[in-house]
Amino acid sequence: MSGVRVLVGTRKGAFVLNSDGKRERWEVSGPHFAGWEIYHLKGSPADPNRLFASQTSGWFGQIIQRSDDGGKTWTQPGTPPGERTTPQGMPKGESNKFVYDTSAETGKPLTTHQFYDGTQHPWEFKRVWHLEPSLNDPDTVYAGVEDAALFRSKDGGKSWQELSGLRGHGTGPKWQPGAGGMCLHTVLFDPTNPKRMYVAISAAGAFRSDDGGETWLPINRGLKSPFLPSPEAEVGHCVHRIAMHRSKPGVLFMQKHWDVMRSDNSGDLWQEVSGNLPTDFGFVIDVNANQPETVYVVPIKSDSEHYPLDGKLRVYRSRTGGNEWEALTKGLPQKDCYVNVLRDAMAVDSLDKCGVYFGTTGGQVYASADGGDNWAPIVRDLPAVLSVEVQTLP
Amino acid sequence: MIRVVLPPHLKGLAHVSGEVQLEVAGPITQRSVVDALEARYPMLCGTIRDHVTQQRRPFLRFFACEEDLSHESIDAPLPDAVISGKEPLLIVGAIAGG
Repeated sequence: MSGVRVLVGTRKGAFVLNSDGKRERWEVSGPHFAGWEIYHLKGSPADPNRLFASQTSGWFGQIIQRSDDGGKTWTQPGTPPGERTTPQGMPKGESNKFVYDTSAETGKPLTTHQFYDGTQHPWEFKRVWHLEPSLNDPDTVYAGVEDAALFRSKDGGKSWQELSGLRGHGTGPKWQPGAGGMCLHTVLFDPTNPKRMYVAISAAGAFRSDDGGETWLPINRGLKSPFLPSPEAEVGHCVHRIAMHRSKPGVLFMQKHWDVMRSDNSGDLWQEVSGNLPTDFGFVIDVNANQPETVYVVPIKSDSEHYPLDGKLRVYRSRTGGNEWEALTKGLPQKDCYVNVLRDAMAVDSLDKCGVYFGTTGGQVYASADGGDNWAPIVRDLPAVLSVEVQTLP
Repeated sequence: MIRVVLPPHLKGLAHVSGEVQLEVAGPITQRSVVDALEARYPMLCGTIRDHVTQQRRPFLRFFACEEDLSHESIDAPLPDAVISGKEPLLIVGAIAGG
């Protein structure tokens, strides 16, 4: 029988949850990296036992961890515990090193971006928000970082190189940090076109590359952000999340700071599909693995509250690719609930019926094994959840 | 031997418990001790000082002999008691946040 592994990043460590295909009983392991912020961890589609984790701290900086046994044991790539040197020579902790590429041959000048007060501020690396392993190469993994840039490792996370065409696209001085920082938080691959990929940045917007990440195009036409001097500007939009279904990679769904959006042409043009949502603010968005027009969001009350409306935690599902939304409440708290669901904290499995999972800042991870009709917490007292990813295992 | 006490998070990363003892060549300074520490425990590279600028991370401090040495020159000799091994160099994470 198939199994499911849920990877949970929290403010104080990582947790790995395992279940069989029934998804009724869950074994929880962790905390891994206790006391560290785990912004994200994700498994390689090419090798499900290979997991990458972003371990970070305001005190000690950025660490990359890798597991090759499904999360049972972890090492810093290239720096195994207990080994002072490696056969290739001492790697000197290169796996932790994220340096913007400013070389004359391949890099871009380290320019400035707009700061909170409107002044220009130099790019400074802070942390890895998101790790996206390649669809077909277990040694290749991408990292979205703050201050916003995209890095790639081709050696299993041992060393990282910036894809500087994104940061150096030319619109950088107009990018600005959102409340959480100027982060690149979403990386999506087109499974039908190995050269095509998407990223999203708060607050710059969405970008597409059609040449494997060398050059980038802003894809924000149709987005409207009233807080900008020009609400329909080329960049500056606070995109919170983008999702795609593998069978329809040209169709993208977006949860923006305000507005749920949809594009049917790979991001060339977006249209609003917020429809009857009680609020169009939120962070997460995802697509049912078996139904490419079934989309999930968790509406959140904006602007400073950032908790569910009326204390009721509700997932909203659209079976029509947007505009028509239904509230999913069975098993979710419907009073006195004031948690948030952060942008990387929803994921789906690919079983039939599709499992949907999300984590909250209150430490609960909720799961539905029937596409959202019924929900239950599969663990409920973790530290604040930053990210949730799901692997469907053979 | 130079004795170094790491904060708990870095002990975990380096897979050590208790103090670390290091052979340090040449003048015994903050720089030479951290150089030796990173050479022996490369997984700590970047956690105590920035990879590129080599600047001490803002929320870390160096203490020894009940003195804060954080603002001393990184190339200044450490106290005699540290050089002789009588006292450890303490790498301390600032108490801040939750």
